[in-house]
Amino acid sequence: MKYLIFVFFLICQISYALDARQLADPKQQENYELLTKELRCLVCQNQTIADSNAELAFDLRRQVSEMLEQGKSNDEIIQFMTDRYGDFVLYKPAFKGKTLLLWIAPGAFLVLGLIVVYIFIRQKRALRSEQGVSNNELKLDSEKQNKIRRLLEKGDQF
Amino acid sequence: MLKYIIPLVLFTIMAVFLGIGLKLNPSDIPSPFINKPTPIFKATKLEKPEETLSPADLKGQVWLLNVWASWCVSCRSEHPVLNSLANKKVVTIIGLNYKDEPTDAKKWLATLGNPYNTSITDQEGRIGIDYGVYGVPETFVIDKKGVIRHKQTGPVTEQDVKNILLPLIAKLQAES
Repeated sequence: MKYLIFVFFLICQISYALDARQLADPKQQENYELLTKELRCLVCQNQTIADSNAELAFDLRRQVSEMLEQGKSNDEIIQFMTDRYGDFVLYKPAFKGKTLLLWIAPGAFLVLGLIVVYIFIRQKRALRSEQGVSNNELKLDSEKQNKIRRLLEKGDQF
Repeated sequence: MLKYIIPLVLFTIMAVFLGIGLKLNPSDIPSPFINKPTPIFKATKLEKPEETLSPADLKGQVWLLNVWASWCVSCRSEHPVLNSLANKKVVTIIGLNYKDEPTDAKKWLATLGNPYNTSITDQEGRIGIDYGVYGVPETFVIDKKGVIRHKQTGPVTEQDVKNILLPLIAKLQAES
């Protein structure tokens, strides 16, 4: 039973659209596969139209293959889709005003994080030198140093 | 003191962003059609398949394009709302029967009432693609010049009619 369930989940992983099209021209077929993997299915939002079995994904695949057969370029097809469904249809959104935050935010957060770490380390260092503990150099008064020496010598006797 | 304030401020900022995130509806995708001319189509009428309708025929009128289908569950809940809007006779309502069987569609209108001035058919979903339809029902509000002014994805409710559609229709009717 356990194995059956395991096999079931394995099968679930193979989610590929049932009607993947075959175009006559291998170059067009290549573009078809590329495009359908870049376009998002708007019904089941976390699948590409290549993966999805939704009706809309089927229609959009048909649209892509027809446009390729008409000799339309990839850019023209992408433009056609964004004109109708907005940038949301692209898994790789264009770099422009509206999507700027999307592209820049990860880098900005990384830089921000590094700055915070830098400030943190500097503060720690400043704090340590204020307390007189800097560069492993212990500034102890002579009385304490004598006490240490005495203790060390005593320890040797055992 | 700063030690406590910084985490508190960071937490507040995060809470605000997450709060906004919770309120957002992920299926609400901004339509690129707002303030753009309505896509051209020439579609056969559901009731009179020998006749066609295109947006040019509706120039000079404010009209709604409501995308519906007999297989669509939310359309059923939306239907009474459309019926009561149609009874007010303030706007032309065109139904786009999306990826549906004409016989099923006609049966649906016969049993549930017909709020549409005309319904047109789109059995292959091609007009749907031109209008960026992804979740039926969808409703477009189109002005006298044939420009799309508003789009709603999902069923129209009584509140939507009262708060959004009627004021917008009145405004658009006043435009020349």
